[in-house]
Amino acid sequence: MKPSHRFSGAEEVTRRLAETGYLAGIGIATVVHIADRLQKPLLVEGPAGVGKTELAKAIASTLGIELIRLQCYEGVDETKTLYEWNYKKQLLRIQAQGDESWDAIEEDIFSEPFLLERPVLKALRSTEPVVLLIDEVDKLDIEAEALLLEVLSDWQVSIPEMGTVVAKQPPFVVLTSNNDRELSEALKRRCLYLYMDYPDAEREKAIVLKRVPEITETLAEQVVRLVRSIRELDLKKSPSISETLDWSRTLLALNIDTLDDDTVRQTLPVLLKFQTDLERAAGHLRLNAKDN
Amino acid sequence: MLPRLLEFERAMRSAGIPVSVSESIDALKALEHIPLESKDSVRSALATTMVKSQSHRPTFDLLFDLYLGAGRGSVTSITDEVEDPEAAGQDLMDELVDTLATGDDAALAALARRAVSALGRVRSSPTGDWFSQYQVLQGMELNIALGRALRRTGVEGDAPLEDRLRREEFEARLERFREMVLMETRRRVAETRGAEAVARYAVRPRPEDLDFLSATSNEIKELRRAIRPLARKLASRVAMKRRRSNRGGLDMRRTVRRSLSTGGVPFDTAFRHRAPHRPELFVLCDISGSVSRFARFALMLVHALSAQFTKVRSFAFIDTLDEVTRLFEHEDFVTAVDRMNSEANVTWLDGHSDYGTSIEKFLKNHGKDLGPRSTVLILGDARNNYRATKDHALQEIARRARHVYWLNPEPVADWDTGDSAASEYAVHVDKMVEIRNLRGLEDFIAYEL
Ligand SMILES: Nc1ncnc2c1ncn2[C@@H]1O[C@H](COP(=O)(O)OP(=O)(O)O)[C@@H](O)[C@H]1O
Ligand SMILES: [Mg+2]
Repeated sequence: MKPSHRFSGAEEVTRRLAETGYLAGIGIATVVHIADRLQKPLLVEGPAGVGKTELAKAIASTLGIELIRLQCYEGVDETKTLYEWNYKKQLLRIQAQGDESWDAIEEDIFSEPFLLERPVLKALRSTEPVVLLIDEVDKLDIEAEALLLEVLSDWQVSIPEMGTVVAKQPPFVVLTSNNDRELSEALKRRCLYLYMDYPDAEREKAIVLKRVPEITETLAEQVVRLVRSIRELDLKKSPSISETLDWSRTLLALNIDTLDDDTVRQTLPVLLKFQTDLERAAGHLRLNAKDN
Repeated sequence: MLPRLLEFERAMRSAGIPVSVSESIDALKALEHIPLESKDSVRSALATTMVKSQSHRPTFDLLFDLYLGAGRGSVTSITDEVEDPEAAGQDLMDELVDTLATGDDAALAALARRAVSALGRVRSSPTGDWFSQYQVLQGMELNIALGRALRRTGVEGDAPLEDRLRREEFEARLERFREMVLMETRRRVAETRGAEAVARYAVRPRPEDLDFLSATSNEIKELRRAIRPLARKLASRVAMKRRRSNRGGLDMRRTVRRSLSTGGVPFDTAFRHRAPHRPELFVLCDISGSVSRFARFALMLVHALSAQFTKVRSFAFIDTLDEVTRLFEHEDFVTAVDRMNSEANVTWLDGHSDYGTSIEKFLKNHGKDLGPRSTVLILGDARNNYRATKDHALQEIARRARHVYWLNPEPVADWDTGDSAASEYAVHVDKMVEIRNLRGLEDFIAYEL
């Protein structure tokens, strides 16, 4: 089997991801299948908590290969993405010099034993196939993004002091973005693109049943319908799948087996974190109105 | 398939979706790995390789249906005149009522296709057919469908909460049905008149490209939906810019290199550069008539960014000016702007814009707060209803503040026509810029502020 022909088609992707507990619709599965065949990085964009990170984990899990994760945040630069020199060790080495020439020392301290490998370099140098997850890439600065782009284009990194590292095999790269920032056109051109939205009602219900198996089907359905109704509102923070799951677990813990105005009103704060959002949702669902 | 695919790509490019050569090669490669007979798979394969921004997706879907939609050509063009349109409408309506309850999207789509076949044809001419969404919806009496469907499923003893949810779901499905009918009418017209002809009138600009002044009220709704994500993006864009210019800190790599000459003692440390300050912002906006939309969106964006400024103070005016900063202190910026219209005291005389009086009042009451760290932003069309411009007040404001920018939602060609006093004011400010849509606004804020 070719390394990049790991699935026979979208149906197999769906089935195998489901075995790991990740339920993907046919659209997601098709794109994962294509990303595998074309060996192209996959950029997954969408609101927080819709299953972007989880998708990368599920892919690694079903392929039985290592997941290398680069968590991006403000100020991450190449010393966190690619590599860094171990400065402490270098200083010690310089101080411990005998009668070696400066040139010899300089060459020595910029060699393998002094190199601290970061996720992207690690993924490139891995002899085994890996999934490289570059999580929340929209948090990166433009410069750091440009650097990543180079790596993703050529599957190689050049370290001035050591030369060029070329990937033994391109990793399966998944980049995620919460869309806090428009990524560069160049990066997007390099990648396949998947917009991940909230799942449809049927799939979200299946996710609830899968992740909170003790829940009844009726309650799961009510929960999902209510969450979907709330997502239609203009909120500061829309409830995501994580919140749907949290809410389901809360209801279970409270022994609530059916939703009505009172139970919803009491437990809504699990779903919505901002007071203004809570008020808006309560108004929309007319929770404060008299039942009729 | 290839010629149609190329046609489709050309259509995407002319609709403003940038598809590069390498992306179109990727698309072809992707098609080798999926079942071509599945329209959904083809759609996914093309979307993932050619559409890299969700805001282009509606246009992509529209063009996909027009150019590559199933049954293009003679397949569905069965002669579909019905004997008795009224009876056909009734039957379709009955089916729709059943389908609404199941929430089966595929069934809904099939129904939309049949409904357009049976009821949608407006006239046939040698140059092709026209189909009308309106005629289909009328023929099915869609306006009473919701009530019927709700009554049909109203199980005794249901919780009222359940009823409310169901109504909402039915409404959403009906809306989807309307869209499906609209799309199907377009597809049918495209069959005989060509996809290009339909694309010419059906492709819509993205919300961020909509012209503030000419947007319809539906488009304004789209704009409102776009504002929050846009504001978030803008905030991180500006924050990133600030951080980049601020980054100080020790540069270890250079420090170690330098220490080579001092026996490994990091004696001569290397630092990265650091730089400037956060301005304080004064925003003056005309909230009269049609420019008010522009001012509102601009205010929302500015306030979404408030963390990036030492202080943001907002002033609304029509024929007089009122500070509205307090509205933004406790409220979400969208809510605050909504409340501004009812709570600001901005009309004194007749409710026609008076830039002169308003600017003068700003100078008189708040001019003492302006200083070398202040940036003043004026939002409006400079249409002064032939009143005194009192531009000396603006000149004084510009003298005191570090920067004064004027954002004008009118096309430059219209400046100085009629009662516009654009140039009279423009000479006193750093820059008067034409801002027609959200994208322009976003770019201005990101680059200039
Ligand atoms: N398709 C799915 N199948 C099963 N669980 C899911 C799925 N999508 C999301 N989840 C659940 O939602 C949680 C949040 O997903 P996550 O991947 O962290 O979101 P994101 O990275 O998009 O912010 C996950 O921990 C998982 O429990
Ligand atoms: Mg995540």
